[in-house]
Amino acid sequence: MKTLSYTGLFIFLSGLAIFTASIFLGDFQLKQSDLSSFLDQKGINNDFLQNEFKNSNITKNRLGIFEFSSIVRGVLKNNNAHYDQLIAKYDAAKDWDKKGKQYQFRINEKDFRSVSFALAKKAGSGFVVENKGLMWFLTFGLGILGALLFILPQLKLLGPKGIKNNGIHLNAATNRGWIAWLVLVYLVTFYIFLYFMADYVVNWTFILDPISISLSKNEASQWFVYGFLYCVIMVVMAVRMYIKYRHNKYQIVRTTSVLFFQIVFAFLIPEIMTRLKMPSYDFKNAFPLDYDFFFEWNLKSLTESGSIGLFILVWGILLTLVIVPVMVYFFGKRWYCSWVCGCGGLAETLGDPYRHLSSKKMISWKLERWLIHSVLAFSLLMTLVVLYCYFTGASSLLGIPADWIKDTYSVLIGAWFAGVIGTGFYPIFGNRVWCRFGCPLAAYLGLVQRFKSRFRITTNGGQCISCGNCSTHCEMGIDVRSYAQKGENIVRSSCVGCGVCSAVCPRGVLKLENGPLDGRINPTDVLLGNDVDLMDLVNNKS
Amino acid sequence: MEDHVVIIGNGISGVTAARHIRKASNKKITIISAETNYFFSRTALMYVYMGHMKFEHTQPYEPYFWKKNRIELKQGYVSKIDSDTKQLHFANGETLAYDKLILATGSKPNKFGWPGQDLNGVMGMYHKQDLENLEKHAPDNKTCKRAVIVGGGLIGIELAEMLHSRHIPVTFLVRETSFWNGVLPQGESAMINREILRNGIDLRLNTNLREIKSDKNGKVKSVIIEETGEEIACNVVGLTAGVSPNINFIKNSNIETGRGIKVNQYLETNITDIYAIGDCAEQHKGINGRRPIEAVWYTGRMMGETVAQTICGNRIKYQPGHWFNSAKFIDIEYQTYGWVFAQPRENETHFHWKHDDDTKCITINMNATTGEFIGINTFGIRMRHELFDQWLTEKRDVDYILEHLKDANFDPEFFAQFEEDIIAQYNTEFNKNISPKKKSWTRIFSKA
Repeated sequence: MKTLSYTGLFIFLSGLAIFTASIFLGDFQLKQSDLSSFLDQKGINNDFLQNEFKNSNITKNRLGIFEFSSIVRGVLKNNNAHYDQLIAKYDAAKDWDKKGKQYQFRINEKDFRSVSFALAKKAGSGFVVENKGLMWFLTFGLGILGALLFILPQLKLLGPKGIKNNGIHLNAATNRGWIAWLVLVYLVTFYIFLYFMADYVVNWTFILDPISISLSKNEASQWFVYGFLYCVIMVVMAVRMYIKYRHNKYQIVRTTSVLFFQIVFAFLIPEIMTRLKMPSYDFKNAFPLDYDFFFEWNLKSLTESGSIGLFILVWGILLTLVIVPVMVYFFGKRWYCSWVCGCGGLAETLGDPYRHLSSKKMISWKLERWLIHSVLAFSLLMTLVVLYCYFTGASSLLGIPADWIKDTYSVLIGAWFAGVIGTGFYPIFGNRVWCRFGCPLAAYLGLVQRFKSRFRITTNGGQCISCGNCSTHCEMGIDVRSYAQKGENIVRSSCVGCGVCSAVCPRGVLKLENGPLDGRINPTDVLLGNDVDLMDLVNNKS
Repeated sequence: MEDHVVIIGNGISGVTAARHIRKASNKKITIISAETNYFFSRTALMYVYMGHMKFEHTQPYEPYFWKKNRIELKQGYVSKIDSDTKQLHFANGETLAYDKLILATGSKPNKFGWPGQDLNGVMGMYHKQDLENLEKHAPDNKTCKRAVIVGGGLIGIELAEMLHSRHIPVTFLVRETSFWNGVLPQGESAMINREILRNGIDLRLNTNLREIKSDKNGKVKSVIIEETGEEIACNVVGLTAGVSPNINFIKNSNIETGRGIKVNQYLETNITDIYAIGDCAEQHKGINGRRPIEAVWYTGRMMGETVAQTICGNRIKYQPGHWFNSAKFIDIEYQTYGWVFAQPRENETHFHWKHDDDTKCITINMNATTGEFIGINTFGIRMRHELFDQWLTEKRDVDYILEHLKDANFDPEFFAQFEEDIIAQYNTEFNKNISPKKKSWTRIFSKA
């Protein structure tokens, strides 16, 4: 069994190595016709740019992706410099008409990578492009096969069903050892490439082109790669959850639920909508986690898409204003955060081996409250500015330019916080870094959960022995024990209701449940089991 | 000047007392411990060895807590109490004056004079130092090829589970005919025997230790079995044959001791301003049928809660409510409410139900004539403390309890429930015709 497991690990690592190495493969040489049609399609065709590209190496030689990308970005930079010069020239000449005409040929610097990506997609050739099926098997195939071979023997290796966290604090992978740091570096690099240098990983998109085309009729983008990878990782790691918690039906049902919402709602439905020429939409992704829902481009796309667009618009608003808070009232924020949400889904599957790494210190709790509510305020302010500008046609509100605040939020919160840090830091800071410190939707749900919800974790009278398993394994960094050992129910805005505190409790002290609001919060000093007069005296004094 | 309250022992009893004294007063508080700087949960030591937790996770309070609550922590070993001058003498020669003294020194593992009991590699599983010792002698199954555990109680099975988690072969010597059958009724005890065996632990019932043999370096080499003379080669011997009050340093003082420190129901010793709580305290007479010494987490905490009131001027008797307890036997959780004895006492009878999967069972103890509920042991099914406490106070009969058993279920959502099964068997055995009522939030949360 152990041999089988190690063989699986070896196969998995081989797949991962091939996947990683594949970005260095292939030749990129752009055909003149592809170049012209692309520039036309983008509306940025002009003689200067044409000439620059024509004279550059990308149409003459077969290049590696890094050189290819660097040349494309160099050309775009020259192009902008050229038109900046013209603009300055006409400005000096006070020729406003000609000056105004130059702007259309400038290309926004933040789009350089996407231009480079789009050109690379057309220019690519070589082994990966010609052997997509084989490459799929060597990367995703070996990865899945190896991971499953690594995981399935746990069914025997872990011993009889039950809580088997044996050795997690003694293992370099799960105790911030060298393996954890390696994984962190890999994940962070992955996210930086994905978000900021997608053209470098264009080969990955070739591998998934066949699957993407069969779903949406479009070639794969880097976001398709991410979405597909996300689903694959969740499925494989869900198998691990099923084995680890095979004695706990709450965990099994919950894992199945996040898996379903990720695969069907976040992945398949949007792809199929694209195929049907509808605006693609993840019906469970609620604003403000879905921070660009009220961006001009999205509102425009929805209002121009007929009845389905209108439906999405109404649904999106209802989801945030009515469905989310009502469901939180009845079930707690868990219905979203650990049953439906994609970020939560990854945290509960890929992130499960790291859940105990979240800090339980008081200072972390303070930091958490400041940060998460700041992000909520930031997202609301941004949306206010954006909507004001949308309806009035202005470009700023209170001196805040809509474009600037959108870009700042997208990069800082959307990419760095949610992605690079949120997932990249799993192996060191635990699996809910984003959900705990950054997610504005979690902040909103948390406020409802704290002040108006039937959900609580009930503490079973005086049975707590302060062992600390609950706190140790709480992914949200809640010091569960500090409540349980006082006989108090746990009512905390950050609790996502994963149910693991209850699962790891050796004395049956904790139960997640929805009940009446009366007595939900029950501060006590003297616990059940002692003299009833003393309990009355001390507990009811204040 | 406020009184100086000194507490010897930083376990659950002493720390609970300190917390409650702080809530009710401005007295100066000092906690003394020779074992560790900070309070930790002794019951969680096993999880540190198993790698579920780190030692710092067993500490319920962060270091800032003590400062914030003005509780002084002092590490040191008290060697003598001079109650005439109200002075403590430390082993290193220091002294400390107190106005009120709380003894909360806990227990120490029993040793019964076995030959070889002090060899290297022989240990209890009680102190933090035992954990460090175990880590040294049994870090893995290469250093420790086999461990032998002597004594079939709660700590014994925990130590077996610990060693098993690192794949170290374990031989478990139990003196009794079945695991912990002085406490558990036979059906339950037998189920736990099977749980031990299922986990690949070499359980030897009816087996005593004759001696522990040494190699030439003074390290454990093997044990000899009393009954058969069999020699079992091993590198570690765990002695887990119960605990007794840790009171050696008190014996040369004026404080009255028996097996433990003698206290009245106010937890006062024979010397004014000296109190004893927790494992080390011995009641002159057991309260409400309890034992005079109760070495249980919960009773330690309750005594701490109580003595704090007395110290702060509200003199109050220690009056524990209905008995409850809990434990975990490898993968099987156990809770108990009220009294269930291994053998039904006079005019008592047991109802026992066991699930086919051999990991869940309950035993209900009742009055044989009136059917009044006396207590329940539940294995593999969690039940609500509050409801059983209320039902015991209300002196409900078993029919009522079974009818409302769904209310008491405390298992996580979506877990399979067994009330129907349990009641069907009860109806057959006791010739009744009751049916379970639907779970009701109103009943569950209506405080008696």
